Amino acid sequence: MSDRTIQLSKEIRKESLKMVFNARASHIGGALSMADLLAVLYEDILKLTPENVSDENRDRLLLSKGHACTGLYAVLALKKFISMNDLKNYSADDSLLLSHASHKVNGVELSTGSLGHALPVSCGIALAAKRKNKSFKIYCMLSDGELDEGSNWEAILFAPQHKLDNLTVIVDYNKIQSFGSVKEVLDLHPLDKKFESFNWNVIQIDGHDHDQIKNAFLTAGNNKIYPTVIIANTVKGKGVSFMENDLLWHYRPPSEEQLIEALKEINS
Amino acid sequence: MRTAFINQLIEEARSDEKIFLIVGDLGFSVVEPFAKEFPERFLNAGVSEQNMTGIAAGLAMEGYTVFTYSIANFPTLRCMEQIRYDVCYHDLNVKIVAVGGGYAYASLGPSHHATEELGMLRTIPNLIVTAPGDPLEAKAVTSLLAKEKGPAYIRLGKAGEPVVHKAIGDLKTGEAICLIKGESTVILTTGAMLKYAFDFIRENNLNYGLYSFPFIKPMDEKALKHISTDYKNVITLEEHQRSAGFGSAVLECFNDLTERNEINSIPRVRRIAIPDKFIHVAGSQDHLRKLSGLILNN
Repeated sequence: MSDRTIQLSKEIRKESLKMVFNARASHIGGALSMADLLAVLYEDILKLTPENVSDENRDRLLLSKGHACTGLYAVLALKKFISMNDLKNYSADDSLLLSHASHKVNGVELSTGSLGHALPVSCGIALAAKRKNKSFKIYCMLSDGELDEGSNWEAILFAPQHKLDNLTVIVDYNKIQSFGSVKEVLDLHPLDKKFESFNWNVIQIDGHDHDQIKNAFLTAGNNKIYPTVIIANTVKGKGVSFMENDLLWHYRPPSEEQLIEALKEINS
Repeated sequence: MRTAFINQLIEEARSDEKIFLIVGDLGFSVVEPFAKEFPERFLNAGVSEQNMTGIAAGLAMEGYTVFTYSIANFPTLRCMEQIRYDVCYHDLNVKIVAVGGGYAYASLGPSHHATEELGMLRTIPNLIVTAPGDPLEAKAVTSLLAKEKGPAYIRLGKAGEPVVHKAIGDLKTGEAICLIKGESTVILTTGAMLKYAFDFIRENNLNYGLYSFPFIKPMDEKALKHISTDYKNVITLEEHQRSAGFGSAVLECFNDLTERNEINSIPRVRRIAIPDKFIHVAGSQDHLRKLSGLILNN
Protein backbone atom coordinates (compact mmCIF):
# COMPACT_ATOMS: atom_id res chain seq x y z
CA MET A 1 0.00 0.00 0.00
CA SER A 2 1.56 3.28 -1.11
CA ASP A 3 1.54 6.23 1.28
CA ARG A 4 1.57 8.56 -1.70
CA THR A 5 -1.60 7.20 -3.24
CA ILE A 6 -3.35 6.98 0.14
CA GLN A 7 -2.48 10.60 0.84
CA LEU A 8 -3.61 11.67 -2.64
CA SER A 9 -6.92 9.85 -2.28
CA LYS A 10 -7.52 11.66 1.03
CA GLU A 11 -6.77 15.01 -0.57
CA ILE A 12 -9.10 14.23 -3.50
CA ARG A 13 -11.89 13.40 -1.06
CA LYS A 14 -11.33 16.55 1.00
CA GLU A 15 -11.17 18.88 -2.00
CA SER A 16 -14.27 17.28 -3.53
CA LEU A 17 -16.18 17.77 -0.30
CA LYS A 18 -15.11 21.41 -0.07
CA MET A 19 -16.20 22.02 -3.67
CA VAL A 20 -19.69 20.62 -3.25
CA PHE A 21 -20.02 22.41 0.07
CA ASN A 22 -19.00 25.80 -1.37
CA ALA A 23 -21.15 25.44 -4.47
CA ARG A 24 -24.07 23.69 -2.71
CA ALA A 25 -23.66 21.11 -5.46
CA SER A 26 -24.64 17.46 -5.89
CA HIS A 27 -22.93 14.16 -6.67
CA ILE A 28 -20.40 13.90 -3.86
CA GLY A 29 -21.18 10.19 -3.36
CA GLY A 30 -19.89 9.15 -6.76
CA ALA A 31 -16.80 11.37 -6.45
CA LEU A 32 -15.87 9.73 -3.16
CA SER A 33 -16.42 6.22 -4.52
CA MET A 34 -13.86 6.69 -7.30
CA ALA A 35 -11.28 8.71 -5.31
CA ASP A 36 -8.98 5.73 -4.74
CA LEU A 37 -9.13 4.75 -8.41
CA LEU A 38 -8.18 8.29 -9.47
CA ALA A 39 -5.38 8.48 -6.90
CA VAL A 40 -3.69 5.31 -8.16
CA LEU A 41 -4.23 6.27 -11.81
CA TYR A 42 -2.72 9.74 -11.49
CA GLU A 43 0.06 8.75 -9.09
CA ASP A 44 1.23 5.43 -10.48
CA ILE A 45 -0.33 4.56 -13.83
CA LEU A 46 -1.07 7.38 -16.25
CA LYS A 47 1.75 8.69 -18.40
CA LEU A 48 0.20 12.11 -18.08
CA THR A 49 1.64 15.25 -16.53
CA PRO A 50 0.97 18.98 -16.90
CA GLU A 51 4.04 19.03 -19.17
CA ASN A 52 2.82 16.41 -21.67
CA VAL A 53 -0.90 17.22 -21.52
CA SER A 54 -0.94 18.17 -25.22
CA ASP A 55 1.49 15.47 -26.36
CA GLU A 56 -0.01 13.00 -28.79
CA ASN A 57 1.67 10.14 -26.93
CA ARG A 58 0.19 10.90 -23.50
CA ASP A 59 -2.16 8.42 -21.87
CA ARG A 60 -5.81 9.51 -21.94
CA LEU A 61 -8.37 9.26 -19.15
CA LEU A 62 -11.97 9.98 -20.10
CA LEU A 63 -14.41 10.41 -17.23
CA SER A 64 -17.71 9.13 -18.54
CA LYS A 65 -19.44 9.70 -15.20
CA GLY A 66 -19.04 13.44 -15.68
CA HIS A 67 -21.29 14.29 -12.73
CA ALA A 68 -18.50 13.10 -10.42
CA CYS A 69 -16.22 15.80 -11.84
CA THR A 70 -15.25 17.20 -8.42
CA GLY A 71 -13.04 14.14 -7.97
CA LEU A 72 -11.39 14.75 -11.34
CA TYR A 73 -10.96 18.50 -10.82
CA ALA A 74 -9.47 17.79 -7.39
CA VAL A 75 -6.84 15.39 -8.70
CA LEU A 76 -6.06 17.72 -11.61
CA ALA A 77 -5.43 20.55 -9.14
CA LEU A 78 -3.43 18.36 -6.77
CA LYS A 79 -1.28 17.20 -9.72
CA LYS A 80 -0.93 20.82 -10.89
CA PHE A 81 -2.85 20.68 -14.18
CA ILE A 82 -4.96 23.52 -12.78
CA SER A 83 -4.48 25.69 -9.71
CA MET A 84 -5.92 24.90 -6.29
CA ASN A 85 -7.50 28.34 -6.51
CA ASP A 86 -9.58 27.18 -9.49
CA LEU A 87 -11.29 24.70 -7.18
CA LYS A 88 -12.56 27.53 -4.99
CA ASN A 89 -14.57 28.89 -7.93
CA TYR A 90 -16.06 25.51 -8.82
CA SER A 91 -19.54 26.08 -10.27
CA ALA A 92 -19.36 29.85 -9.61
CA ASP A 93 -20.32 32.50 -12.20
CA ASP A 94 -17.95 32.37 -15.20
CA SER A 95 -15.91 29.48 -13.81
CA LEU A 96 -14.81 26.91 -16.39
CA LEU A 97 -15.26 24.28 -13.69
CA LEU A 98 -18.83 23.30 -14.50
CA SER A 99 -20.65 20.78 -12.39
CA HIS A 100 -19.97 18.23 -15.10
CA ALA A 101 -16.54 17.42 -16.54
CA SER A 102 -15.56 20.11 -19.04
CA HIS A 103 -12.92 19.87 -21.77
CA LYS A 104 -12.32 23.60 -21.33
CA VAL A 105 -10.45 22.66 -18.15
CA ASN A 106 -6.79 21.75 -18.61
CA GLY A 107 -6.35 17.99 -18.38
CA VAL A 108 -9.96 17.06 -19.11
CA GLU A 109 -10.08 15.16 -22.40
CA LEU A 110 -13.81 15.14 -23.03
CA SER A 111 -16.82 17.01 -21.74
CA THR A 112 -19.31 14.59 -20.30
CA GLY A 113 -22.48 14.78 -18.29
CA SER A 114 -24.87 12.95 -20.53
CA LEU A 115 -24.20 9.33 -19.74
CA GLY A 116 -23.02 6.72 -22.20
CA HIS A 117 -20.88 9.05 -24.31
CA ALA A 118 -17.24 8.62 -23.29
CA LEU A 119 -16.89 4.92 -24.05
CA PRO A 120 -17.71 5.23 -27.78
CA VAL A 121 -15.36 8.23 -27.97
CA SER A 122 -12.69 6.21 -26.13
CA CYS A 123 -13.13 3.46 -28.73
CA GLY A 124 -12.52 6.05 -31.46
CA ILE A 125 -9.34 7.24 -29.75
CA ALA A 126 -8.18 3.65 -29.20
CA LEU A 127 -8.87 2.83 -32.84
CA ALA A 128 -6.92 5.92 -33.95
CA ALA A 129 -3.97 4.79 -31.80
CA LYS A 130 -4.10 1.35 -33.43
CA ARG A 131 -4.30 2.75 -36.94
CA LYS A 132 -1.39 5.12 -36.24
CA ASN A 133 0.70 2.55 -34.34
CA LYS A 134 0.76 4.68 -31.21
CA SER A 135 1.38 2.94 -27.92
CA PHE A 136 -0.45 5.23 -25.51
CA LYS A 137 -3.25 3.84 -23.34
CA ILE A 138 -6.86 4.92 -23.05
CA TYR A 139 -8.72 4.68 -19.76
CA CYS A 140 -12.44 5.28 -19.47
CA MET A 141 -14.19 5.56 -16.10
CA LEU A 142 -17.84 4.57 -16.11
CA SER A 143 -20.48 4.58 -13.43
CA ASP A 144 -22.60 1.49 -12.90
CA GLY A 145 -25.86 3.36 -13.49
CA GLU A 146 -24.77 4.52 -16.93
CA LEU A 147 -24.46 0.91 -18.05
CA ASP A 148 -28.23 1.22 -18.53
CA GLU A 149 -27.41 3.25 -21.65
CA GLY A 150 -27.52 1.26 -24.89
CA SER A 151 -24.70 3.30 -26.42
CA ASN A 152 -22.30 1.72 -23.93
CA TRP A 153 -23.29 -1.76 -25.04
CA GLU A 154 -22.76 -0.80 -28.68
CA ALA A 155 -19.22 0.18 -27.69
CA ILE A 156 -18.78 -2.93 -25.51
CA LEU A 157 -19.56 -5.02 -28.61
CA PHE A 158 -17.25 -2.91 -30.75
CA ALA A 159 -14.03 -2.81 -28.68
CA PRO A 160 -13.24 -6.58 -28.66
CA GLN A 161 -14.27 -6.89 -32.33
CA HIS A 162 -11.46 -4.47 -33.17
CA LYS A 163 -9.08 -5.89 -30.56
CA LEU A 164 -8.69 -2.62 -28.72
CA ASP A 165 -6.28 -3.99 -26.10
CA ASN A 166 -5.07 -0.41 -25.52
CA LEU A 167 -8.41 0.40 -23.90
CA THR A 168 -9.14 -0.15 -20.21
CA VAL A 169 -12.60 0.54 -18.85
CA ILE A 170 -13.10 1.02 -15.14
CA VAL A 171 -16.60 0.53 -13.76
CA ASP A 172 -17.05 2.36 -10.46
CA TYR A 173 -19.46 -0.30 -9.22
CA ASN A 174 -20.85 1.44 -6.15
CA LYS A 175 -24.25 -0.24 -6.59
CA ILE A 176 -26.31 2.94 -6.24
CA GLN A 177 -27.66 4.91 -9.18
CA SER A 178 -29.70 8.06 -9.51
CA PHE A 179 -33.00 6.95 -8.07
CA GLY A 180 -32.29 3.72 -6.23
CA SER A 181 -30.00 0.74 -5.96
CA VAL A 182 -28.71 -0.78 -9.18
CA LYS A 183 -30.30 -4.06 -8.13
CA GLU A 184 -33.73 -2.44 -7.84
CA VAL A 185 -33.56 -0.20 -10.92
CA LEU A 186 -31.87 -2.30 -13.63
CA ASP A 187 -29.79 -5.08 -12.17
CA LEU A 188 -26.36 -5.51 -13.76
CA HIS A 189 -25.57 -8.78 -11.96
CA PRO A 190 -23.62 -10.78 -13.07
CA LEU A 191 -21.66 -7.87 -14.56
CA ASP A 192 -18.42 -9.84 -14.94
CA LYS A 193 -20.16 -12.52 -16.97
CA LYS A 194 -21.80 -9.94 -19.20
CA PHE A 195 -18.43 -8.46 -20.10
CA GLU A 196 -16.84 -11.93 -20.40
CA SER A 197 -19.51 -13.02 -22.84
CA PHE A 198 -18.75 -9.90 -24.90
CA ASN A 199 -15.09 -11.09 -25.06
CA TRP A 200 -13.61 -8.61 -22.60
CA ASN A 201 -10.70 -9.34 -20.29
CA VAL A 202 -12.37 -8.94 -16.88
CA ILE A 203 -10.64 -8.06 -13.63
CA GLN A 204 -12.64 -7.68 -10.42
CA ILE A 205 -11.18 -5.80 -7.49
CA ASP A 206 -11.93 -4.00 -4.27
CA GLY A 207 -11.96 -0.46 -5.64
CA HIS A 208 -10.64 0.96 -2.39
CA ASP A 209 -7.64 -1.36 -2.01
CA HIS A 210 -4.74 0.49 -3.60
CA ASP A 211 -2.61 -2.63 -4.12
CA GLN A 212 -5.44 -4.37 -5.94
CA ILE A 213 -6.12 -1.26 -8.01
CA LYS A 214 -2.50 -0.88 -9.04
CA ASN A 215 -2.11 -4.57 -9.88
CA ALA A 216 -5.28 -4.46 -11.95
CA PHE A 217 -4.00 -1.57 -14.04
CA LEU A 218 -0.58 -3.18 -14.44
CA THR A 219 -2.05 -6.49 -15.60
CA ALA A 220 -4.73 -4.83 -17.79
CA GLY A 221 -2.11 -4.10 -20.43
CA ASN A 222 -0.93 -7.73 -20.46
CA ASN A 223 -3.88 -8.92 -22.44
CA LYS A 224 -2.66 -8.61 -25.97
CA ILE A 225 -5.93 -9.19 -27.74
CA TYR A 226 -8.93 -7.86 -25.91
CA PRO A 227 -9.84 -4.70 -24.04
CA THR A 228 -9.90 -4.93 -20.27
CA VAL A 229 -12.64 -3.95 -17.89
CA ILE A 230 -11.78 -3.44 -14.26
CA ILE A 231 -14.93 -3.92 -12.24
CA ALA A 232 -14.11 -1.93 -9.12
CA ASN A 233 -16.40 -2.85 -6.27
CA THR A 234 -16.76 0.39 -4.39
CA VAL A 235 -18.86 2.08 -1.75
CA LYS A 236 -20.78 5.20 -2.68
CA GLY A 237 -19.69 8.02 -0.35
CA LYS A 238 -16.59 6.04 0.72
CA GLY A 239 -14.50 7.64 3.44
CA VAL A 240 -17.24 9.59 5.17
CA SER A 241 -19.19 7.16 7.32
CA PHE A 242 -22.49 9.03 7.30
CA MET A 243 -22.40 9.33 3.50
CA GLU A 244 -21.59 5.71 2.74
CA ASN A 245 -24.16 3.64 0.86
CA ASP A 246 -26.78 6.37 1.07
CA LEU A 247 -28.61 7.63 -2.04
CA LEU A 248 -29.15 10.99 -0.32
CA TRP A 249 -25.53 11.98 -1.09
CA HIS A 250 -26.09 11.67 -4.81
CA TYR A 251 -27.93 14.96 -4.34
CA ARG A 252 -27.26 16.72 -1.06
CA PRO A 253 -24.23 18.83 -0.21
CA PRO A 254 -23.00 18.65 3.39
CA SER A 255 -23.84 21.32 5.94
CA GLU A 256 -20.93 23.18 7.55
CA GLU A 257 -20.99 20.87 10.57
CA GLN A 258 -21.12 17.82 8.33
CA LEU A 259 -18.23 19.13 6.24
CA ILE A 260 -16.08 19.64 9.35
CA GLU A 261 -16.93 16.17 10.56
CA ALA A 262 -16.25 14.64 7.14
CA LEU A 263 -12.85 16.33 6.79
CA LYS A 264 -11.94 15.22 10.34
CA GLU A 265 -12.87 11.65 9.55
CA ILE A 266 -10.80 11.61 6.36
CA ASN A 267 -7.80 13.12 8.17
CA SER A 268 -7.88 10.55 10.93
CA MET B 1 -25.61 12.17 -55.65
CA ARG B 2 -24.18 9.39 -53.54
CA THR B 3 -21.90 8.35 -56.39
CA ALA B 4 -20.72 11.94 -56.82
CA PHE B 5 -20.09 12.07 -53.08
CA ILE B 6 -18.04 8.88 -52.82
CA ASN B 7 -16.03 9.65 -55.94
CA GLN B 8 -15.16 13.08 -54.61
CA LEU B 9 -14.36 11.68 -51.17
CA ILE B 10 -11.93 9.23 -52.77
CA GLU B 11 -10.34 12.16 -54.61
CA GLU B 12 -9.97 14.07 -51.36
CA ALA B 13 -8.60 11.03 -49.52
CA ARG B 14 -5.88 10.62 -52.13
CA SER B 15 -4.48 14.03 -51.33
CA ASP B 16 -5.39 14.18 -47.62
CA GLU B 17 -4.36 11.21 -45.52
CA LYS B 18 -6.53 12.37 -42.63
CA ILE B 19 -9.82 11.60 -44.38
CA PHE B 20 -11.56 8.66 -42.66
CA LEU B 21 -14.90 7.06 -43.58
CA ILE B 22 -17.15 5.20 -41.15
CA VAL B 23 -20.33 3.51 -42.28
CA GLY B 24 -23.15 2.18 -40.14
CA ASP B 25 -23.34 -1.17 -41.94
CA LEU B 26 -24.75 0.56 -45.01
CA GLY B 27 -23.29 1.67 -48.31
CA PHE B 28 -23.45 -1.61 -50.26
CA SER B 29 -22.20 -1.06 -53.84
CA VAL B 30 -21.31 2.56 -52.98
CA VAL B 31 -18.44 2.72 -50.49
CA GLU B 32 -16.46 -0.37 -51.56
CA PRO B 33 -14.00 1.54 -53.77
CA PHE B 34 -13.06 3.75 -50.78
CA ALA B 35 -12.73 0.73 -48.48
CA LYS B 36 -10.55 -1.05 -51.01
CA GLU B 37 -8.24 1.88 -51.65
CA PHE B 38 -7.99 3.10 -48.05
CA PRO B 39 -8.55 0.09 -45.76
CA GLU B 40 -6.69 1.83 -42.92
CA ARG B 41 -9.07 4.77 -43.12
CA PHE B 42 -12.31 2.87 -43.43
CA LEU B 43 -14.52 1.33 -40.78
CA ASN B 44 -17.86 -0.43 -40.72
CA ALA B 45 -19.04 0.33 -37.20
CA GLY B 46 -22.03 -2.00 -37.42
CA VAL B 47 -25.65 -1.06 -36.91
CA SER B 48 -24.88 1.29 -34.05
CA GLU B 49 -25.16 4.94 -34.93
CA GLN B 50 -24.60 6.29 -31.41
CA ASN B 51 -21.36 4.36 -31.15
CA MET B 52 -20.44 5.24 -34.74
CA THR B 53 -20.77 8.95 -34.00
CA GLY B 54 -18.86 8.67 -30.72
CA ILE B 55 -16.09 6.79 -32.51
CA ALA B 56 -16.03 9.51 -35.15
CA ALA B 57 -15.56 12.08 -32.39
CA GLY B 58 -12.71 10.06 -30.90
CA LEU B 59 -10.99 9.67 -34.27
CA ALA B 60 -11.44 13.39 -34.95
CA MET B 61 -9.88 14.21 -31.57
CA GLU B 62 -6.84 12.30 -32.82
CA GLY B 63 -6.60 14.38 -35.98
CA TYR B 64 -8.73 12.59 -38.55
CA THR B 65 -11.37 14.27 -40.72
CA VAL B 66 -14.13 11.75 -40.27
CA PHE B 67 -17.13 11.20 -42.52
CA THR B 68 -19.95 9.11 -41.06
CA TYR B 69 -22.28 7.58 -43.62
CA SER B 70 -25.65 5.97 -43.32
CA ILE B 71 -29.15 6.37 -44.68
CA ALA B 72 -32.23 8.42 -43.87
CA ASN B 73 -32.54 9.34 -40.18
CA PHE B 74 -30.02 6.85 -38.83
CA PRO B 75 -26.86 8.99 -38.82
CA THR B 76 -28.77 12.04 -37.55
CA LEU B 77 -31.91 11.59 -35.45
CA ARG B 78 -30.81 8.25 -34.02
CA CYS B 79 -27.66 9.81 -32.59
CA MET B 80 -28.66 13.45 -32.29
CA GLU B 81 -27.15 13.84 -28.83
CA GLN B 82 -23.79 12.43 -29.91
CA ILE B 83 -23.85 14.93 -32.79
CA ARG B 84 -24.72 17.81 -30.50
CA TYR B 85 -22.52 17.04 -27.54
CA ASP B 86 -19.60 14.89 -28.68
CA VAL B 87 -19.13 16.35 -32.15
CA CYS B 88 -20.47 19.91 -32.15
CA TYR B 89 -19.75 21.02 -28.57
CA HIS B 90 -16.16 19.84 -29.00
CA ASP B 91 -16.15 21.42 -32.49
CA LEU B 92 -14.67 18.31 -34.06
CA ASN B 93 -13.91 17.54 -37.65
CA VAL B 94 -16.80 15.17 -38.26
CA LYS B 95 -18.97 15.32 -41.37
CA ILE B 96 -22.25 13.47 -41.13
CA VAL B 97 -23.56 12.15 -44.43
CA ALA B 98 -27.10 10.87 -44.92
CA VAL B 99 -28.25 9.28 -48.12
CA GLY B 100 -31.97 9.27 -48.84
CA GLY B 101 -32.92 12.84 -47.93
CA GLY B 102 -36.62 13.66 -48.02
CA TYR B 103 -38.79 10.95 -49.58
CA ALA B 104 -35.96 9.30 -51.54
CA TYR B 105 -36.79 5.98 -49.84
CA ALA B 106 -40.47 6.61 -50.38
CA SER B 107 -42.00 3.15 -50.13
CA LEU B 108 -39.82 2.13 -47.20
CA GLY B 109 -42.12 4.20 -45.04
CA PRO B 110 -41.80 6.97 -42.45
CA SER B 111 -38.87 5.24 -40.71
CA HIS B 112 -36.91 6.07 -43.87
CA HIS B 113 -38.38 9.50 -44.63
CA ALA B 114 -35.73 12.06 -43.69
CA THR B 115 -38.01 15.04 -43.47
CA GLU B 116 -37.22 16.75 -40.14
CA GLU B 117 -33.46 16.55 -39.76
CA LEU B 118 -32.52 19.87 -41.36
CA GLY B 119 -34.60 21.75 -38.81
CA MET B 120 -33.24 19.77 -35.90
CA LEU B 121 -29.63 20.06 -37.01
CA ARG B 122 -29.61 23.74 -37.88
CA THR B 123 -30.28 24.65 -34.25
CA ILE B 124 -26.99 23.09 -33.15
CA PRO B 125 -24.05 25.51 -32.73
CA ASN B 126 -20.91 25.00 -34.84
CA LEU B 127 -22.67 22.71 -37.32
CA ILE B 128 -22.77 23.52 -41.03
CA VAL B 129 -25.94 22.11 -42.61
CA THR B 130 -26.05 21.32 -46.30
CA ALA B 131 -28.41 19.74 -48.82
CA PRO B 132 -26.86 19.69 -52.28
CA GLY B 133 -29.32 19.97 -55.18
CA ASP B 134 -27.68 17.77 -57.81
CA PRO B 135 -24.55 15.63 -58.32
CA LEU B 136 -22.42 18.66 -59.16
CA GLU B 137 -23.43 20.38 -55.95
CA ALA B 138 -22.79 17.15 -54.03
CA LYS B 139 -19.28 17.01 -55.48
CA ALA B 140 -18.58 20.67 -54.74
CA VAL B 141 -19.95 20.50 -51.18
CA THR B 142 -18.00 17.31 -50.42
CA SER B 143 -14.81 18.90 -51.68
CA LEU B 144 -15.41 22.06 -49.65
CA LEU B 145 -16.30 20.31 -46.42
CA ALA B 146 -13.39 17.88 -46.65
CA LYS B 147 -11.17 20.93 -46.22
CA GLU B 148 -13.38 22.94 -43.86
CA LYS B 149 -12.58 22.57 -40.15
CA GLY B 150 -15.37 21.62 -37.80
CA PRO B 151 -18.61 19.66 -37.96
CA ALA B 152 -20.97 19.54 -40.92
CA TYR B 153 -23.97 17.65 -42.24
CA ILE B 154 -24.56 16.63 -45.85
CA ARG B 155 -28.03 15.54 -46.93
CA LEU B 156 -27.79 13.57 -50.14
CA GLY B 157 -30.53 12.22 -52.35
CA LYS B 158 -30.04 8.77 -53.77
CA ALA B 159 -28.32 7.48 -56.89
CA GLY B 160 -28.97 8.55 -60.44
CA GLU B 161 -30.34 12.06 -60.02
CA PRO B 162 -29.83 14.13 -63.15
CA VAL B 163 -27.31 16.92 -63.28
CA VAL B 164 -29.11 20.28 -63.28
CA HIS B 165 -26.22 22.74 -63.36
CA LYS B 166 -24.17 23.15 -66.49
CA ALA B 167 -21.20 23.75 -64.23
CA ILE B 168 -20.51 25.09 -60.77
CA GLY B 169 -17.81 27.69 -60.36
CA ASP B 170 -15.82 28.30 -57.26
CA LEU B 171 -18.43 27.53 -54.60
CA LYS B 172 -17.67 28.86 -51.12
CA THR B 173 -19.09 27.72 -47.79
CA GLY B 174 -22.50 29.28 -47.24
CA GLU B 175 -23.09 30.37 -50.82
CA ALA B 176 -26.30 29.99 -52.77
CA ILE B 177 -26.18 29.50 -56.53
CA CYS B 178 -28.27 31.47 -59.02
CA LEU B 179 -29.33 29.26 -61.94
CA ILE B 180 -31.84 31.55 -63.62
CA LYS B 181 -32.06 35.31 -63.14
CA GLY B 182 -35.70 35.83 -64.19
CA GLU B 183 -37.77 38.63 -62.73
CA SER B 184 -40.61 39.37 -60.34
CA THR B 185 -40.84 35.84 -58.90
CA VAL B 186 -38.00 33.64 -57.70
CA ILE B 187 -37.95 30.03 -56.53
CA LEU B 188 -35.45 29.14 -53.84
CA THR B 189 -34.81 25.42 -53.39
CA THR B 190 -32.63 23.26 -51.22
CA GLY B 191 -31.69 19.64 -51.81
CA ALA B 192 -33.10 17.45 -54.51
CA MET B 193 -36.15 19.63 -55.26
CA LEU B 194 -33.91 21.64 -57.59
CA LYS B 195 -34.58 19.49 -60.65
CA TYR B 196 -38.35 19.72 -60.22
CA ALA B 197 -38.24 23.53 -59.91
CA PHE B 198 -35.89 23.85 -62.87
CA ASP B 199 -38.13 21.71 -65.08
CA PHE B 200 -41.25 23.54 -63.90
CA ILE B 201 -39.83 26.90 -65.00
CA ARG B 202 -38.56 25.57 -68.33
CA GLU B 203 -41.64 23.52 -69.22
CA ASN B 204 -43.98 26.41 -68.46
CA ASN B 205 -41.77 29.01 -70.15
CA LEU B 206 -41.87 31.15 -67.01
CA ASN B 207 -39.68 34.16 -66.49
CA TYR B 208 -38.98 33.11 -62.89
CA GLY B 209 -35.66 33.30 -61.14
CA LEU B 210 -34.18 30.14 -59.60
CA TYR B 211 -31.65 29.78 -56.81
CA SER B 212 -30.31 26.62 -55.26
CA PHE B 213 -29.24 26.80 -51.62
CA PRO B 214 -26.88 23.90 -50.89
CA PHE B 215 -26.22 25.56 -47.51
CA ILE B 216 -29.10 25.92 -45.08
CA LYS B 217 -26.62 26.97 -42.42
CA PRO B 218 -24.87 29.30 -42.77
CA MET B 219 -27.62 30.99 -44.77
CA ASP B 220 -26.46 33.15 -47.67
CA GLU B 221 -27.50 36.57 -46.36
CA LYS B 222 -25.89 38.37 -49.26
CA ALA B 223 -27.95 36.42 -51.80
CA LEU B 224 -31.11 37.04 -49.80
CA LYS B 225 -30.38 40.78 -49.75
CA HIS B 226 -30.21 40.80 -53.54
CA ILE B 227 -33.30 38.61 -53.75
CA SER B 228 -35.23 41.04 -51.54
CA THR B 229 -34.58 43.87 -54.00
CA ASP B 230 -34.71 41.89 -57.24
CA TYR B 231 -38.03 40.07 -56.75
CA LYS B 232 -41.49 40.79 -55.39
CA ASN B 233 -42.45 37.17 -54.78
CA VAL B 234 -40.33 34.44 -53.26
CA ILE B 235 -41.24 30.76 -53.26
CA THR B 236 -39.23 28.41 -51.07
CA LEU B 237 -39.35 24.74 -51.96
CA GLU B 238 -37.99 21.92 -49.83
CA GLU B 239 -38.56 18.22 -49.14
CA HIS B 240 -38.76 18.84 -45.41
CA GLN B 241 -41.26 19.70 -42.75
CA ARG B 242 -42.59 23.23 -43.06
CA SER B 243 -41.66 23.97 -39.49
CA ALA B 244 -38.02 24.85 -38.84
CA GLY B 245 -36.82 23.91 -42.30
CA PHE B 246 -35.30 25.82 -45.21
CA GLY B 247 -38.24 28.20 -45.76
CA SER B 248 -38.22 29.03 -42.06
CA ALA B 249 -34.49 29.73 -42.22
CA VAL B 250 -35.05 32.07 -45.19
CA LEU B 251 -37.80 33.93 -43.35
CA GLU B 252 -35.67 34.24 -40.22
CA CYS B 253 -32.88 35.68 -42.28
CA PHE B 254 -35.18 38.16 -44.08
CA ASN B 255 -36.53 39.22 -40.71
CA ASP B 256 -33.08 39.75 -39.23
CA LEU B 257 -31.94 41.71 -42.28
CA THR B 258 -34.98 43.98 -41.85
CA GLU B 259 -34.39 44.38 -38.16
CA ARG B 260 -30.80 45.41 -38.87
CA ASN B 261 -32.03 47.86 -41.56
CA GLU B 262 -30.06 46.01 -44.21
CA ILE B 263 -33.15 45.52 -46.37
CA ASN B 264 -36.17 47.75 -46.58
CA SER B 265 -38.89 45.16 -46.64
CA ILE B 266 -39.47 41.43 -46.68
CA PRO B 267 -40.77 40.09 -49.98
CA ARG B 268 -43.92 38.02 -50.01
CA VAL B 269 -42.72 34.50 -49.22
CA ARG B 270 -44.69 31.37 -50.08
CA ARG B 271 -43.28 28.32 -48.35
CA ILE B 272 -43.82 24.99 -50.06
CA ALA B 273 -42.90 22.28 -47.61
CA ILE B 274 -44.30 19.17 -45.97
CA PRO B 275 -47.34 19.84 -43.76
CA ASP B 276 -47.47 18.67 -40.16
CA LYS B 277 -48.26 15.04 -40.89
CA PHE B 278 -46.69 11.68 -41.76
CA ILE B 279 -47.22 9.81 -45.01
CA HIS B 280 -48.25 6.24 -44.22
CA VAL B 281 -48.93 4.92 -47.72
CA ALA B 282 -46.51 3.49 -50.26
CA GLY B 283 -45.59 5.13 -53.52
CA SER B 284 -42.83 6.65 -55.58
CA GLN B 285 -40.87 9.67 -54.40
CA ASP B 286 -42.82 11.83 -56.85
CA HIS B 287 -46.11 10.44 -55.58
CA LEU B 288 -45.25 11.19 -51.97
CA ARG B 289 -44.11 14.68 -52.87
CA LYS B 290 -47.49 15.28 -54.47
CA LEU B 291 -49.34 13.84 -51.47
CA SER B 292 -47.44 16.29 -49.29
CA GLY B 293 -48.29 19.20 -51.55
CA LEU B 294 -44.77 19.82 -52.82
CA ILE B 295 -46.26 21.16 -56.02
CA LEU B 296 -45.49 24.30 -57.98
CA ASN B 297 -48.25 25.88 -60.04
CA ASN B 298 -48.56 29.06 -62.05
